[in-house]
Amino acid sequence: MLWEVRVTEIRAEMVANVWKVVATEGDSVADGDTLVILESMKMEIPVLAEGAGLLTRLAVAEGDVIQEGDLIAVIE
Amino acid sequence: MYSEADAELPFVAEADEAVLIGPPPAKLSYLNADAILAAALSTGARAIHPGYGFLSENAEFAAQVIAAGLTWIGPPPAAMEQMGDKIRARNLMAAAGVPVADGSAEPVTDADEAESLAKRIGFPVMIKAAAGGGGIGMSVAVDSQQLRSGFETARARAERFFASPAILLERYISSARHVEIQILGLADGRVIALGERDCSVQRRHQKVAEETPSPGVDAGLRERMLATAIRAGEAVGYRGAGTVECLVDTQTGEFVFLEMNTRLQVEHAVTEMVTGIDLVEQQLLIADGSDVSFDPGSFAVLGHALELRVYAEDPVRFLPSPGTITQWEEPAGAGVRVDSGYVAGNTVTPHYDPLLAKLVVHAPDRAGALVRAMEAVAEFAVAGLKTNLPFHADLLNSEEFSSGDYDTSVVSHLRP
Repeated sequence: MLWEVRVTEIRAEMVANVWKVVATEGDSVADGDTLVILESMKMEIPVLAEGAGLLTRLAVAEGDVIQEGDLIAVIE
Repeated sequence: MYSEADAELPFVAEADEAVLIGPPPAKLSYLNADAILAAALSTGARAIHPGYGFLSENAEFAAQVIAAGLTWIGPPPAAMEQMGDKIRARNLMAAAGVPVADGSAEPVTDADEAESLAKRIGFPVMIKAAAGGGGIGMSVAVDSQQLRSGFETARARAERFFASPAILLERYISSARHVEIQILGLADGRVIALGERDCSVQRRHQKVAEETPSPGVDAGLRERMLATAIRAGEAVGYRGAGTVECLVDTQTGEFVFLEMNTRLQVEHAVTEMVTGIDLVEQQLLIADGSDVSFDPGSFAVLGHALELRVYAEDPVRFLPSPGTITQWEEPAGAGVRVDSGYVAGNTVTPHYDPLLAKLVVHAPDRAGALVRAMEAVAEFAVAGLKTNLPFHADLLNSEEFSSGDYDTSVVSHLRP
């Protein structure tokens, strides 16, 4: 029997500071849940789960500066 | 003075002397009063001009500057303090005969209290941070459910950005123009008004374009608004440049006091273009106890001026777009002024406001100013990051904006 595991990588759309990490590694997340809140140019930008699943990796910590394309989280 | 994030920018190179005051996060540099005072004292500076943003409306900082034996280029700290809290300012203005919208006379501390107040005022209501600015935490609630969630969000943001959770509610005006009056408190104690600016073009409650005169203000309304703004300034013993922000209800034609900005505004340039008065020069003269450079009893307002804020953001969703500028070519010519902070090769960081430049045009009338603005937007070439210049082209070409008959919802019509 074959199981299909879909892995979704969530990456940064822009240079930003990580203001708040809302989710925790190992959480079950629903589509649209807020994982992390970034801050760029005085604006808060929530990073949302793109699909439901298990949050297997959170690659950022509060206070990090991330570049466009950097990995933020992995959902399986 | 500059932070590590800004070390390569033109303003540092242009200064005779430049002092590094700290790392990129604003609270460690541009909001670090001790570092700024140390820089001033180490260079032998005699005065501090706070600009706009950061500590410019911080009464405590102004008092520290004065206590350090330096000249504060701004209003007396007491006037800043009275106007800094929106609730206190509303009460003070109402007492001075300035019209205010129905709303809180004291801070709203919990959601239940907010709900009963909202019911008394009548939905929809506006939720705001009493110590706030820049539209942060502001929202409109049409019912109790929206009020409760908006109240919690506003409290959290107010705490974070302004270190004060005090919230106020105000009656929401469904169709309004944001019109503000430039005032100057002279060294001899007189307060004068230098006309209005229409700042109704906003996204996320933040200004994107401003013009003067306002196409929505006739001679009678202007006269009443200027007289009211002078009264507001006199009520707090105002000195220097300040702005009285009002909302004009497009349905009734009446206006209410919104808040007073106790500093120079970003959009002060449009007033300079139609009056020929250099407002920063007046700030310096007034701080020095001198007469202003023009006759306060007679000055002319000539033509029409428009400012477009060039932001590092995508022109559709208005999301921040930090990055490295690979091309930067400004428009130039008669009636065109560009106040900018960057050149090609600079990196725009995510640490501060997305404002890159202010494109200001001046012409004998509004139609002429719009044409001049369209040409200047087309000539402004920026590459390497996204800017909102394509939005400005759409704004200038829109029937709604070009007709002059618009309100604070104009941006949402262009970007639904």
